[in-house]
Amino acid sequence: MSNEAISARGDLRLTRLTKTYGDFNAVDDLTLTIPKGSFFALLGPSGCGKTTTLRMVAGLEEPTVGSIHLGDTDITTTRPYQRPINTVFQNYALFPHLSIFENIAFGLRRRGVKDVKEQVDKVLNLVELPHLAARKPTQLSGGQQQRIALARAIVNRPALLLLDEPLGALDLKLRRQMQIELKWIQREVGLTFVHVTHDQEEAMTMADTIAVMNEGRIEQMGSPADLYDNPETAFVANFLGQSNLIKGKIEGNDGDNLIVDLFGQKISMPKNRSHALDNSLYAGIRPEKFRISLTGTPTRGNTLAGGHIEDVSYIGVSTQYVVSMPWGQELMVFEQNDDGVAPFDKGDEVVISWEPNFTFGLHGDEDIEAGTEVNPEEPVNE
Amino acid sequence: MKISKAQVPYLLLFPGFAFLFTFFVLPIINLAQTSTQTPISGGDTGQYTQTFAFSNYIHAFTDNKDQFLRSFVYATLATILALAISYPLAYAIAFKSGKFKNILLVLVVAPFFTSFLLRTVAWKQILGEEGFVVPILRSLHIIGQQTTLTSTAFAVVTGMTYNFLPFMTLPLYASLERIDPRTIEASGDLYANGLTTFRRVTLPLSVPGVVAGTLLTFIPAAGDYVNASILGSPSTKMIGNVIESRYFKIVDYPTAAALSFTLMVAILILVTLYIRKAGTEELV
Repeated sequence: MSNEAISARGDLRLTRLTKTYGDFNAVDDLTLTIPKGSFFALLGPSGCGKTTTLRMVAGLEEPTVGSIHLGDTDITTTRPYQRPINTVFQNYALFPHLSIFENIAFGLRRRGVKDVKEQVDKVLNLVELPHLAARKPTQLSGGQQQRIALARAIVNRPALLLLDEPLGALDLKLRRQMQIELKWIQREVGLTFVHVTHDQEEAMTMADTIAVMNEGRIEQMGSPADLYDNPETAFVANFLGQSNLIKGKIEGNDGDNLIVDLFGQKISMPKNRSHALDNSLYAGIRPEKFRISLTGTPTRGNTLAGGHIEDVSYIGVSTQYVVSMPWGQELMVFEQNDDGVAPFDKGDEVVISWEPNFTFGLHGDEDIEAGTEVNPEEPVNE
Repeated sequence: MKISKAQVPYLLLFPGFAFLFTFFVLPIINLAQTSTQTPISGGDTGQYTQTFAFSNYIHAFTDNKDQFLRSFVYATLATILALAISYPLAYAIAFKSGKFKNILLVLVVAPFFTSFLLRTVAWKQILGEEGFVVPILRSLHIIGQQTTLTSTAFAVVTGMTYNFLPFMTLPLYASLERIDPRTIEASGDLYANGLTTFRRVTLPLSVPGVVAGTLLTFIPAAGDYVNASILGSPSTKMIGNVIESRYFKIVDYPTAAALSFTLMVAILILVTLYIRKAGTEELV
């Protein structure tokens, strides 16, 4: 059994995976396939079950219900040390009593690999820290420890590499740099990476596929662009970037488009971008998709008239406007500062317009606050 | 009076230094002086004068070689036994006790609420004819029908192990508790099974606790005389018993002082060698 598991390769399949603590479902009936060789991100706020899922895959938690397969091998109850899976832990968990070299060699030695020195040197070169081999972990900076933790895991060439908030302890600048580096290393070594994070930008930068998790379930799964452009739930719309969600009613059809009434003003949107179940819907538009024009000037596409500028924040590449609409809602608009057009002033009477294709439709019963109150920069412990 | 910032550390250190000087440095000097004195000819019992008789040391040592050796053997045995009992205990409290952690820690310290003497006398009862240990061991034929446990080396070592157990358990617990559980998980993640994880990660990381615990057990155990005098017999006399009887019964202060000094130096040498061997490795 153990020998079979350790050499398992292939897609990771989670089937109806559930983890219950008392009467709290940390992970709730999760079914998911992660293709071999992909960079997959589990994204969600604290307590959404993403870390618990990761720990079950690593073998550090046992599922209450459900199964985990790697290729054709069932590893649900396999001990962690018998799984061909390695983890980059949140705070790296380097062995403080061992040198960097011995930290990296740890997994190789346990498996009785012959050319330990060669392999450790190779991976130290990959993470560009060959000169630190003799140091102890405490003598390294956070960024260096992070790379050693990565090296210690990938040196084993696991079927699956799990990254638990790997960049959470680094400062912003270093995090951005490591994101690019991690992505490069993943391509270089060709392993399957499963990355757990609460940072949407981090997930979108690195992952091929993102599963957005909330309350133990997957809200939506897809490529970063899919999730951003066509969110299916208010939670996804708000957790990934910002969204303007405007309450409306579907009035009818016009070929492939829906005609939607937003507080008396008609707009159109593609049918296939609506996730409404009946006539009631929220029309969703990303703030940067809006254009602002002074009332009376010509506009294209969907328009909503009667707004006036409530607030202006200039932030260099763009200007952020808060536009209050006749029905009392405040809309967020980001305008690129690239066209030489003089920015609008507080109090200006304006019309908002956008391309109909950028509209997405959410079911009218959605809680439009879902996913907004979570602070994406909050500390990472679940 | 104005106190400058630079003076503050000295002021804070003063009470400690004053205490150490009065109750450690002065007595040590006094002890050293006493150890080379000889009786005043024609004087009363207990009257000695300084003659720088370093031969006191030779006599004191050669007359009590056996007791010295016995002290170190018993103390070593008690330390090893205490370590064997405490390590699993501290490990369980640190990693497996959940919400009972504090209760268990209180229980470890609880024996200190009764007197050291009482606890030792209690062991005399436990190991005595009327206790439950002897009948059980006899009925299981582990000891002969005539064998007794009191007044034996076994009883002395058992008593010392028991009495010094918390000194072993607490530092062990403290160092195990400090281990980041994620390093243990990481070890499992890197193909080490439970036993290998213990050998390669947990045990090395708890070495500071092992060193502290063994020192805190060995040092007082080597100088102990209560266990030997309550649970032992003349043939289990330790150096502590000799010092005690020299001081209080025979009133031979110089020999007692010489023995005390010798014991102190011997422990100091042993401890230095031990720390050199076990404790110098740089740990977190």
